[in-house]
Amino acid sequence: MSDGIDRAPARGALQGVSVALAGSGGSGVMTAGTLLLAAAAKAGGYGLMVRTSGPQIRGGEAAALVRLADRPVDTLGDAFDLLLAIDWGNVNRFADEIPLTARSVIIGDSDEGEPPAIYAGTGARYLAVPMKKTAKAIAGAWVNMVALGLVGALVGLPRSALEQAVRADGKRGEAALAANLAALAAGYTAAGELDPPLALPRLPRIAQPRDRWLISGNEAAGFGAIRGGVRFVAAYPITPATEMLEWMAPALARVGGTLLQAEDELASINMIIGGAYGGVPSLTATAGPGLALMAEGIGLAVASETPVVVVDVMRGGPSTGIPAKSEQSDLSFAVSGLHGDAPRLVLAPTSIADCATTTQWAVHLAERLQAPAIVLSDQFLGQSRAIIDPPVDPGVGAERLVAEANAPDYKRYRDTESGVSPMAIPGTPGVTYTADGLEHTEAAVPSSAARDHRLQLDKRSRKLLNFDYGDRWADIQGDGDAAVITFGSTTAAVREAVARARAQGHRLRLIALRLLAPAQPQRLAAALEGVRRVIVVEQNHGAQFYRYLRGHFDLPANPASYHRPGPLPLRPGELHRALADWNGEGRAAR
Amino acid sequence: MNDVGIQPTALAPAAFKSAIKPIWCPGCGDFSVLSAITKALAMIGRPPHEVAIVSGIGCSSRIPAYTSCYGLHGVHGRALAAATGLKLARPDLTVLVTGGDGDGYSIGGNHFLHACRRNVDLTYVVMDNHVYGMTKGQPSPTTEPDWDSKLAPGGTHIRVFHPLVVALAAGANFVARAFSGDPNGTAALIAQAIRHPGFSFVEILSPCVTFRPEQREWKTQVRAAPVGPTDDPVRAAHRVMTDDGFNIGVLYAGSRAPYVPERRASPATVADLEAEFRV
Repeated sequence: MSDGIDRAPARGALQGVSVALAGSGGSGVMTAGTLLLAAAAKAGGYGLMVRTSGPQIRGGEAAALVRLADRPVDTLGDAFDLLLAIDWGNVNRFADEIPLTARSVIIGDSDEGEPPAIYAGTGARYLAVPMKKTAKAIAGAWVNMVALGLVGALVGLPRSALEQAVRADGKRGEAALAANLAALAAGYTAAGELDPPLALPRLPRIAQPRDRWLISGNEAAGFGAIRGGVRFVAAYPITPATEMLEWMAPALARVGGTLLQAEDELASINMIIGGAYGGVPSLTATAGPGLALMAEGIGLAVASETPVVVVDVMRGGPSTGIPAKSEQSDLSFAVSGLHGDAPRLVLAPTSIADCATTTQWAVHLAERLQAPAIVLSDQFLGQSRAIIDPPVDPGVGAERLVAEANAPDYKRYRDTESGVSPMAIPGTPGVTYTADGLEHTEAAVPSSAARDHRLQLDKRSRKLLNFDYGDRWADIQGDGDAAVITFGSTTAAVREAVARARAQGHRLRLIALRLLAPAQPQRLAAALEGVRRVIVVEQNHGAQFYRYLRGHFDLPANPASYHRPGPLPLRPGELHRALADWNGEGRAAR
Repeated sequence: MNDVGIQPTALAPAAFKSAIKPIWCPGCGDFSVLSAITKALAMIGRPPHEVAIVSGIGCSSRIPAYTSCYGLHGVHGRALAAATGLKLARPDLTVLVTGGDGDGYSIGGNHFLHACRRNVDLTYVVMDNHVYGMTKGQPSPTTEPDWDSKLAPGGTHIRVFHPLVVALAAGANFVARAFSGDPNGTAALIAQAIRHPGFSFVEILSPCVTFRPEQREWKTQVRAAPVGPTDDPVRAAHRVMTDDGFNIGVLYAGSRAPYVPERRASPATVADLEAEFRV
């Protein structure tokens, strides 16, 4: 399966179901959602779980947004088929994030009263189920297990898959496990006794499950980094990147690497420059505020030609912004936010699975080109958990051009044809040098001479521009004379919207860029051959991607833009309507 | 410990110098410190390619390129961070950090605290001249409050930063004061600092004859400390807070184990990591 080519879609329309589990702090909805996803995995299916919660550090209201399907899904649906609330305390906060329709169903606890008007007003059908009473009747049982059994049954999961998921999660000993299994069974049975019976969309039976992984985007990025050869990480905790570090800390120790918690992001970027200078592939992960602090250090990596990888798990900005919500608004900073002429690599994964592939590729490119690579993940990709096909292994890792011992006439910054020059690794005799952020001669001697500055600027620019990035630079799908261009986590919603438009007879090309910088104008021109109209889709307020593309590429006349900020994810239906508007169908398409 | 299992080589101090001519003013104390560093490295006996010198920005931060060792001349204030990363990634190397009072105590102050606290096996050599020389004469954290300058006419009126006390409080494992006018004594202190496990801090009084010509008098003011080192940080702090700032020698030598990341004897493979994700 080549990366540049569309994954073969499953035949027929997507079959699946969307469920929101909500409740106040301690109600256990996140656990129930996680186990629902795990059970779907055991049943051979695919799915996605997005977490959302109030601003409290612990104990606030929370919701697990789960979509289960017969094929990989990287975006939430337009609306939820079911909202199950264990209680209604502050759950109205999530109304924007849990859209319901008249076809939706709301299940609440019999003892918790009617749903808030904001939900009831959608026309969704309401059912009260005595979940708490059921749990209370079983010694030591938790109400979220009753809810899990209920929902699991309603969406068509086999009881055995749910039990397996609960058993695999068992952390509290035999007695608690037995109580939870009893509560699960009670919930499962209650689903069949609903009066009148309830028929929700279901996860179809999967006869022959494929090999699948259950993973979050943050874990996938960490895994890709390690598979690419990263063995040193220094980083400072920041939402929503921290889970990547928490996964990597023990994982790196297992493979003989090291993770260090730095005192701040100024330290983390310089620590990984130190590690990479020492010959060990190195990475840090952060979010927008941390990336801003790292800017000077990334410039040092450019000037000293030290390979480092910076994973930016983007969140709402500017400043502290909206820390636990997604936005694609660090793009402008990533592609142009360094002082001086500072060529760098910027990449963006297009799905949770692709977080592994793209981060691994970023390690390869950074090491190969001796330059910093910024990977633009985001909160949606990073903190969502999904059942995926095993991530594509790009089969490339850290391959650095290093100097031989005692190489004659060694010059660290020699002006080679490719622009990449052999790097001496400390410990190698006869080729010592001082890596420098000062402009320098080919022999690494500080220099302010015009000739040296020009030569080194050319070298650092040429090595990125002349490299053959292959087909992996973008995912290109479909044909026709109209194209949708996007990047990052919005790709999945765009893909579903395009699929719907195609189903209505539109011929559309979808181009999702994975390599954002250096810009690949010739490749995009080839990808756009025959295209007369273009629309650019992204999740930020300033149309950053649109402006970037217009600055670096020849697009067809009058390119259109569909952009809006977070925190709400772009949804397929919203984008389908935007495409219809763009096609001149206006409200008729709605 | 840097000196375990290392065969001494018969390298002269000159073997640790590069051909690059320093940019320093005539009479700068840093010439002597450079000389002391190369002497210390000759004493240690590891060849130049097994030594890395990391620095930030400032006059004294130019030192790496003036040696024949591996060097990393990074951004202002972040030398300790870069050196920490290098040492953790490459524990086999001997890693020195060089810089000035502005680089280490002002813009890099937070890293100074955490490097002391973390106690990675590094040697930090600070050339303290109580002034920003490269930017031509602004007050630094160790500048006297009444020192007149264009940027702070009449003085800053801010009390000085006390690096040795801060180092002790933050947990440095070896703390010494030296004077650039005594290159042999300074070389011996630096060698001792390199050999001492953990984070070793050597503060060197190194005059800036251009912007602080009165520092020429330091040579008449310094003296060997009347007592030897202690392993009690409280006693060391009391001594250094009550002396006049001109006692030279090792103040404190602690026995805290350096920070070394845990490494598995038989590492797992990437395939082992994949297994945890498989459904």
